[in-house]
Amino acid sequence: MKPFRMNGGPIGGRMIGLGAALGLTLLAGLGPVRVEAADSPTIKIENFSFVPDDLTVPVGTTVTWENGDDIPHSVVLSDKSFRSKPLDTHDKATFTFTKPGEMQYFCGLHPHMKGKITVVP
Amino acid sequence: MIGSDENEPNAAGVTRRHALECMIWAGTGVLWTVSGGVPRSTLLIGEAAAAEASQGGLSFLQLSDSHVGFDKPANPNALGTLKEAIGLVNALPKKPAFMIHTGDISHLSKAGQFDDADQVIGGAKLNVHYVPGEHDMIDEGNGKLYLDRYGKGTKGAGWYSFDAEGVHFIGLVNVVDLKAGGMGNLGADQLAWLAEDLKGRTASTPIVVFAHIPLWALYPTWGWGTQDAEQVLALLRPFGSVTVLNGHIHQLVQKVEGNVTFHTARSTAFPQPAPGAAASPGPMMVAADKLRSMLGVTQVAINQGSEPLAIVDRSLAGA
Repeated sequence: MKPFRMNGGPIGGRMIGLGAALGLTLLAGLGPVRVEAADSPTIKIENFSFVPDDLTVPVGTTVTWENGDDIPHSVVLSDKSFRSKPLDTHDKATFTFTKPGEMQYFCGLHPHMKGKITVVP
Repeated sequence: MIGSDENEPNAAGVTRRHALECMIWAGTGVLWTVSGGVPRSTLLIGEAAAAEASQGGLSFLQLSDSHVGFDKPANPNALGTLKEAIGLVNALPKKPAFMIHTGDISHLSKAGQFDDADQVIGGAKLNVHYVPGEHDMIDEGNGKLYLDRYGKGTKGAGWYSFDAEGVHFIGLVNVVDLKAGGMGNLGADQLAWLAEDLKGRTASTPIVVFAHIPLWALYPTWGWGTQDAEQVLALLRPFGSVTVLNGHIHQLVQKVEGNVTFHTARSTAFPQPAPGAAASPGPMMVAADKLRSMLGVTQVAINQGSEPLAIVDRSLAGA
């Protein structure tokens, strides 16, 4: 079976394609999302939420966060190894995850906004 | 009191908040008088009553959430509405002694935004005591620009106290070193400083505390609260008259708990939804002819020789 892959398509990355062969889509936010090695997933920031807020990626994956709100947000990894610049509307931040493990992150301006990236070998 | 639990519509389908907005829109204001810790609310009609509220003792003005640099549809000209707010201040029948600004001066902590704000706010020709909002501490130096400009003589991330006409003012910073999943945060250093600052003061000293994020758990789901504020309230418990002035939520909310009156000011830039009334706390779009009824400034008067402290909110629509 083809693994889950991220689809950043024309509807702004809200839908996660399960693979064209299966002809299915899932709404983000229903649970953890997993991407494969070749993907460069984008996490949308909208309505003061990270979408999806639970993502599994292979080591070496570069993750992009894109702000869709009219208010700036930022991305801060809980171990403080990365703190993005403030992201105004449509601004993006990227970070490459080089070590396996579970990484929590939050918005430096609105810390009630949380997400998690699980990095697998 | 206006609280989140009072947003439920009554049988007629009118929320108390909505009724209040209508009254403000109609050109009235709300006068809050605190006497012996018990607040009374009175509707103000016109300038005469407002002048009465600020007769005698100390009167100062609160500006909040200017968000200079904000240009999104909820208000494409935040600098313009700040200018209108300063115009309102300059038109007051009695000049306030000074202003406080409860943060989010700028939208993105850019030097040009601080410059523009300073130029417009300077038009009031009043001394201004600032505390930062989270939007003021996101420059590359994590607050260096703010502290270089507004932080002279302050401690830590910009906290300080001063006295005016027998009232003790305390400016707190609850927008730095925020913790994942948390709300506003003061931190151990600031709390220790506050304990020291209050030590030896007589219980009859009126206290005014101002900070950006509300110092009570107004709506934790949206992060509207300060996680270690309870320790501040414990330190303030001995004092007979405590007023806590906040911003951050871009709307009027008032709560009284014992000897403490909490009040949030309107923004001069854009309104935000009532707690839980929208999918997120982002800027609220309102009809252009209604925007100014939801923006404004707050005037506070403290009458000497007695305890009453009057809070008058004025909208840019002319209330």
